Amino acid sequence: MSQRAEFRRAPGYWPRAALFYVYLLFLYGPILIIAVLSFQGPLASMTFPMQGLSLHWFSEVVDPGGFSRQDFRMPFVRSLILAIIVMVLTMGLSFLAGLAFRKSFKGNIVVFYVVVASLIAPSALISLGIGLGFNELGLQSQWYTGALGAHLSWTLPFGVLIMLAIFSRLDPSLEEAARDQGATEWQTLRNVIVPITLPGLIGVALFGFTLSYDEYPRTSTIVGEFNTLPVEVMNTINIAATPVIYAIGTMTTLFSLLVIFASFLAVYIIQKRRTGAGLGIARKAAKADSS
Amino acid sequence: MVRVITSALRYRAALQISPLSLALLFFLVGPVIMIMIMSFYEFTGFMTVPDATLENYIELFTSSLTGVNYLQTLKMVGITWVVTLVLGFTLAYFLVFDLVELRTKLLLFLLCVVPFWTSSVIRMVAWVPFLGKEGIINKFVIWTGISAEPLQFLLFSEFAVFLSYIQIFTLFMMAPLFNVMARINRDLIEAARDNGASGIQILWHVIIPLCKPGIAIGTIFVVSLVASDFAAVSLLGGQRVGTVSISMIIQMNMAQYPPSSATGVILLVVVLLIVGGIMRMVDVRKQL
Repeated sequence: MSQRAEFRRAPGYWPRAALFYVYLLFLYGPILIIAVLSFQGPLASMTFPMQGLSLHWFSEVVDPGGFSRQDFRMPFVRSLILAIIVMVLTMGLSFLAGLAFRKSFKGNIVVFYVVVASLIAPSALISLGIGLGFNELGLQSQWYTGALGAHLSWTLPFGVLIMLAIFSRLDPSLEEAARDQGATEWQTLRNVIVPITLPGLIGVALFGFTLSYDEYPRTSTIVGEFNTLPVEVMNTINIAATPVIYAIGTMTTLFSLLVIFASFLAVYIIQKRRTGAGLGIARKAAKADSS
Repeated sequence: MVRVITSALRYRAALQISPLSLALLFFLVGPVIMIMIMSFYEFTGFMTVPDATLENYIELFTSSLTGVNYLQTLKMVGITWVVTLVLGFTLAYFLVFDLVELRTKLLLFLLCVVPFWTSSVIRMVAWVPFLGKEGIINKFVIWTGISAEPLQFLLFSEFAVFLSYIQIFTLFMMAPLFNVMARINRDLIEAARDNGASGIQILWHVIIPLCKPGIAIGTIFVVSLVASDFAAVSLLGGQRVGTVSISMIIQMNMAQYPPSSATGVILLVVVLLIVGGIMRMVDVRKQL
């Protein structure tokens, strides 16, 4: 009680707290507004006041009639497939690179700087360069070739930097212990390194998936004949402004939130199991001790 | 024996790094080389002819539009940098130093991060019902009588682009700052206070110097993201904002590949110089 009375907020606490919550409103407000606006009736405008209440625009997305020029279904499937491929490649390549960087191989500084360059390179430059490369080979870049590469140029830096951070926190004595106990390299990797770095790997997967699923600037000019979802959405905005944009925006954001939630849940379960297992061992040891 | 093992290890590391190296070679280094070659080709006005001419660069450096575009880009980068730095710093400070419970800190931090994993195109579009002529802000402005006419500068303007940048990029400044602030040893702050430092002095002489690596990483992100953006400018700028990236995209869409490539090469050089300068000041790799 007395401790509570003594507890004083630092000067400037309330302005900072206010700024923080206003920032959150600024961050989420617009997207919440378009979520609300996507429930309008068929004769809707792009803004308030709402014209009726219906699921019309959602049904336009899920099942566009014969008259509708905008069909988001295949672009969604393409983006989903592409995101899964990019996620798997980003995880694999970043993990292997993380392992390599631990032993500081020849040229590690060059590779590190190229990774950073990949992160900061202007988007238009990447897509123009890839497009020109495909032209040179007499091919047309498609969403599953050139755009896939452009996505990797964006997701790999995040993946590699996360893995570097994870591996720099990995205690080498754990591996030494495994090796001392007679584990082979492969066993050490499989039973020690992978399980310990698993939450980080899930983080890499989340970055790989979402950054690819939402990628627009590096994709737009090299997507080929068939659009990914962000490119299709951007084209729709330029052609016709109807609340169907809000409906697809709401749905794709919900989908992203679902993916984020799933990966957090996975990390949470892993951590819980880990401490749970740790506690179990400790309890057993305590029991053996007392008996 | 030892030598055999180390060479085997070295061989394995080379094997482990090669998939990443190949991917970056194909999709970063290769494309950049392509652009460099293309920037020396000749563009006749409707055709691209293989050549080794400096014409595109001469054209670029003598065009008055180049200066205008770079000034505009510089302005976008500068203002966004200042706002995201001040905002990101304050937000990170609030999370790290004002909040007590770790769980609340992480939860609120995550709330700031989550939008990063959602579509930026949608987040840009989401400004339209807010800022438009018939938008929420203008309805409010007319209703309260602040102005009789709807404010025109809100949408399809520089202002809208800034708003979108600040919304999307503040995280890139805040997250590294959160990271470095969380690692600041509280004893240092206590020591400064015991020695009679005021709040401002502690901020200026203890906290901010220790935040430098975070500021450096955030700056790298914000500078390169703003310099490379063309989606927000084309969606919210209403053809009133001419940046270097936009001019590159316009040339690209008109199939003027050699001049577009020259624009791209110079933009890349400028961004690399800025980032290189920052990385010289702060060892970014140590921060991982």
